[in-house]
This record gives sequence, C-alpha cells and structure tokens, in this order.
Amino acid sequence: MNERHPKDEMLREDRIPHIWCSGCGLGTCLAAFISAVQDSGIPREKMCVVSGIGCTGRVAGYLNVDSFHTTHGRAIPFAAGLHLANPSLKIVVFSGDGDLIAIGGNHFIHSARRNLDMTVICVNNFNYGMTGGQGGPTTPLGSRTTTTPYGNFEFPFSIPYLAAASGASYVARWTALDTRRLIKSMGEALHKRGFSVVEIISPCPTLYNRLNKQGSGLDVLKRYQRDTVIQHGADPSKVAIEKEGKIIVGKFVDIERPTFLDLVKERLGDKFKGPWEKLEPPEVPLEVTIPSADE
Amino acid sequence: MESESDVLAGEHFLSGNEACAEGAIAAGCRFFAGYPITPSTEVAEHLAERLPEVGGIFVQMEDEIASMNAILGAAWGGKKTMTATSGPGFSLMMENLGLGVMTETPCVLVNVQRGGPSTGLPTLVGQGDMMQARWGSHGPYEIIALSPSSPQEFFDFTIKAFNLSEQWRVPVLVMADEVVGHMTEKVTIPEQDSINLVARRTPRVSPEKYRPYEPDEDLVPQMAIAGTGYRMHITGLTHDRKGYPVINEEAQGELVQRLVDKIRRNRNKIIEYQEDMCDGADVIVCSYGISARTSLLPIEKARDEGIKVGLLKLVVVWPFPEERIDRLAGNCKGFVVPEINFGQISLEVERCAHGKAKVIQVPHAGGGIHDPEKVLEAIRRAAA
Repeated sequence: MNERHPKDEMLREDRIPHIWCSGCGLGTCLAAFISAVQDSGIPREKMCVVSGIGCTGRVAGYLNVDSFHTTHGRAIPFAAGLHLANPSLKIVVFSGDGDLIAIGGNHFIHSARRNLDMTVICVNNFNYGMTGGQGGPTTPLGSRTTTTPYGNFEFPFSIPYLAAASGASYVARWTALDTRRLIKSMGEALHKRGFSVVEIISPCPTLYNRLNKQGSGLDVLKRYQRDTVIQHGADPSKVAIEKEGKIIVGKFVDIERPTFLDLVKERLGDKFKGPWEKLEPPEVPLEVTIPSADE
Repeated sequence: MESESDVLAGEHFLSGNEACAEGAIAAGCRFFAGYPITPSTEVAEHLAERLPEVGGIFVQMEDEIASMNAILGAAWGGKKTMTATSGPGFSLMMENLGLGVMTETPCVLVNVQRGGPSTGLPTLVGQGDMMQARWGSHGPYEIIALSPSSPQEFFDFTIKAFNLSEQWRVPVLVMADEVVGHMTEKVTIPEQDSINLVARRTPRVSPEKYRPYEPDEDLVPQMAIAGTGYRMHITGLTHDRKGYPVINEEAQGELVQRLVDKIRRNRNKIIEYQEDMCDGADVIVCSYGISARTSLLPIEKARDEGIKVGLLKLVVVWPFPEERIDRLAGNCKGFVVPEINFGQISLEVERCAHGKAKVIQVPHAGGGIHDPEKVLEAIRRAAA
C-alpha cells in the first residue's frame, strides 16, 4: 500500500527535498504551520502564503496553496494587496527576521498600525542565513556574525515589543522546540481578526549558532529547553532576548481591535459597495483569555 | 457589481490627473495603492473619493515601494490595479516593477514627471525619466510605456495602458508630465458600452493541467487568480513553466527570452504613434507628452516659412517605433527632438535613423516648457 504522509497534501512534493541545512529549525516551523492549517478548518483554496527573500522566504515555494515568493522585505505590502483585493482570502506572510524587520520593517509596523487582517509568521534565527550569516536587526548585542566580527554593537529589535507597540492584535513567541504550543498559537493567529504575529525562535547551526559557539542544532534546542520561560501576558517591553540567558515565550497580546476594513466599512457606511459580507466576525468568537503557563 | 453610473460619461472640465483617475475607473481599475507626491497627488486624491463609489479599494501605503507591491498583490487577487507617482517615487518603484515584469503581473504605473535629479523641482515639469522607464529596474527586460499630451489623452491612454497590460501581462507605464497632469481642459468621457476593455486572460484549463508560465501562441501565459483553486506558485526568481524556481542558464534563457520576445515579436500590435504630414517632409519633429504639444507652434511657423515639416508624436514610447523612424530617415533631411531632458528619446531616434538623416535634439533642463523659437531654430537647421 502506498501510504502518504498526512502532511503531504499541503506540500508541493515535487519541490522536496528542501534547501534547508541539517539542524535548521525551518522544517519544524513549516511542519507546525501545516498542522495548524490542517487543524484550522480553513479551506485550502482560500489560503495564500506570501514570503519575502531568505531561508524562511523559501517556505512559500514548498506549500501547496496559492503561494507568492516576492522581493526582499516586500511580502507584507504584496500580501496587503492580495487581502484588500479579495478579503475572503486567508493571508499568511511567512518570512524571516531580516526580511520582515530590517528591509521590510516599515511595512511591518505600518501594516500592524492599520491592523490589516493577516497573519505574519516570523522565524527569527538572529542572522541572515541565505547570504552567509550576517548580522541583522534582531542579532543580540555582542553576538558574532560575519559582519560583526568584533561582536555586535547595535541594539536589536525585540519583535513582540515592536509588533505590540505598532498595534498588532495578536502577538506570541515560541521556540522551534515547543511545537505543541506553537501549533496552537499559529491556529489562534490564523483565526484572529486583525494583524497577528507569531515569532519563532529557531536554530541556525550552520551560521549564527556556529559563529557563536553554541553547538549543533540539537544543542540549541537543549538550550531552548533549559532557558525558555513561558510567561503568557508578559509585558512585551520586557521580553528582549540576549545572547545567553532566558528566552521568554508565550502569548503576549490578544486584543480586539477593528481591522482596516472594519473601519473602511464604518466610515463609508451605505456608500460602500465592496464585498463586505465576507468580513463579518466568525460565528464562534475566539477566546481572548490569557492561558496559564502550564497549558 | 459595476453599474453604468461607474463611468461618468459626458463632457467634463478636468485636470490631467483627474482625467487619469477617471480613465482608470473607466478601464475597470478597482484597486489603487499610492503615496502622496507632487505633482501626481491629485490622481490619488481623486481615486480616494471615487473608488469607494464604484466598489473599489483605495489605500495609502507607507511608501512607493509598498504601493508598487500592493498593486501587484491585488492584481493576483483579481483586480485591475494602478499606482501613480513622480520622480523620487518612481525610483522607489523600480525594484518591484521588475517583480511585475518577472511574474507577468498586469498593472498600471503612472509617472507624472517633474524636474530632477533627486528632489529637483517637485512642482515643475520634467521629462527626464524616459530612459528610467525603459531600463530603470535591474536585469534585461522589455516594457510598455505611453505618453499623453493632454488631459483627454491622459484619460484615453490610461484606458489603453490597462488594455495593453492585460493583453501582454506586463506592467504598463503612463509617462505623463507635470504640465499635462495639472493642465485643465475639456475631457470627453464616452459611454461605458463604447469603451473597449481587454479582460484578464484567466486559465482555460483545469487546475490539474494548469502551468502558470505555459505561454499561449502569442507568448503570453494564462493567469490564475488567487483563491480560485489553482494553487499556483509565483516567484521573482527565474522559474520554469510550472512557476518553480530553477537557477541555471537554460531556465534563464527560456524565461527571459520569452519575456523580451513577447513584447518584441508583438511590437506591431503595441506600437502606436500619430503622424501629421510626415510623408514628403524634409524635417520631422519627433516628440511626446507636453513637448509634442508645444512643438505645434514652431511647426506651424516653420511651415509658414515654407519648410516641409512633419510631426511624429509618440503615443507608445516603449517599445520604440524603430522601423518607422528608419523608413522616415531615408526620406527626410533631419529629425528634431524636443524633450525636457538632455537627450533620451533623441538618442533612440539617432540610433534608429542609422545615420541616414541628422538628428537635432532640443534639450531643456526642466522647470518649464520649450521656447518655441529654439524648436523653430532647430527645424531651420535640420532643413538646411
């Protein structure tokens, strides 16, 4: 009997094997995302995944949905166009820290400000992997990268803090180790109306972790196991990540806030002729409570 | 969704920029993303008011990079889309104009040209972006660009731009200028029924058989719309007919050759110009945009002086009418090319004249239109 893996239906099998290194966290992130989508009940035909450029940017190419691999940093505005052209689509941006937070940083904060109804999954491995391990906007102070040979002397962005301050409706962070909570969180983000952000802390054993003598991919996962602290509802201004030490994860923001299109509809009133019937909130409102740490 | 009232048929007194916006609506544009910039802003302002009335979406993005990307995304979402900008904004759009070319995304980019370089003359005219329109994004490619000389043409050519864009699946540029954008004149908007529109070439095959970059006979592939079950992959990387990235010389050769050929081989269906008394002329004034219009007075004066002068006004600037220039060059003494830059289209005329006729450029740094005397003087020299 020719058995297929239950996740195969979501993959472009003729594109496998993927390009990611052994020990990289991206395979885990992709598998978690597929599980979240399969659990979500969202029709596959209505899902669009948009990526930028970089290792994480390759995700779009492996998913068997309408998928768009755009230019560096520009996944979010491209996704904004898709969303506004057809609000019945479920839009997911899946990209890396350099793509979304450095070159695409302006698009990230402004789309959060507008509360565009989309999910952004940002895999943060603290460096530019595709181009060979350069420092980026989330590289912790003191870290070695190929462009910070004396140790990084720039303060990094903390993605949850940036997202929350910019107006995101949902902000969570997990590591690539904690797939159970990650899958659940991705599911919440997919069902959240508004701009939802899930940051995934992920190993880059070929570059960032090697350059910083943090061992193999497995060693990095062991560090996550040791250093991760779940703090749902933590103040996003207090979850910065340093080169060593604890990594605070959890759901930090889950608020109700009108989306861009909610406000367009409100302002235009009867004048508007758009496809608004598809924009009503889901029948079963999702929980907006902060779960306990042991959930 | 669209009602007859969407098109404001009748005679109006409109600025070029407003006419452009109405042209977009008449062409079926239902998504505009832009960023304020002088002297194109009125296009955005007008559409911010008008698009909601016709079931469209207007969104002001955080910059021109985002605007260009948003119109590409919205095109894949099934809408006819446009952005409008000028000078510095045009430069910012070049990156993703290339994404539009590579992914064969129909959309319209309007550039109301102003004086440059850099911030230059935000409120005053220039025509210095004509070569940027041709070559501004990196890599080898072909593009389509039009240039209106009046508000009426700004309306008409915007519709034409949407049609060319859908037909050839390439971003189309409308290269207006500040004078045409801000000039206010009578604009006749026809009844919706009498406006010919090119519909998107959506797949004629089932999702199982669909390959996003399998070209039709005219080298243009069929375009699936997101959310319709085709599960396509679209990438700015060099890709095969399935749309999958392939990083090698053969794939590049096949794809980029086709992207270039689909414009070059179909150029006679794309190229458009207007001629006035070019047959038998000793001198041909070749121009576009406001400079074509300001050439009318010196041409009239030269004719009064007994010089046989023709006007070749470019409607479609890119692709360039190489064969026509070549033929005309064999039968005239010289070309005069007035343009508000230091030689862009004049270089093309020179290239296509193949040394058979002299080419006199009439440059202008920008900030104003040509002094008719200078164009007249050039006509006299060309006739000598």
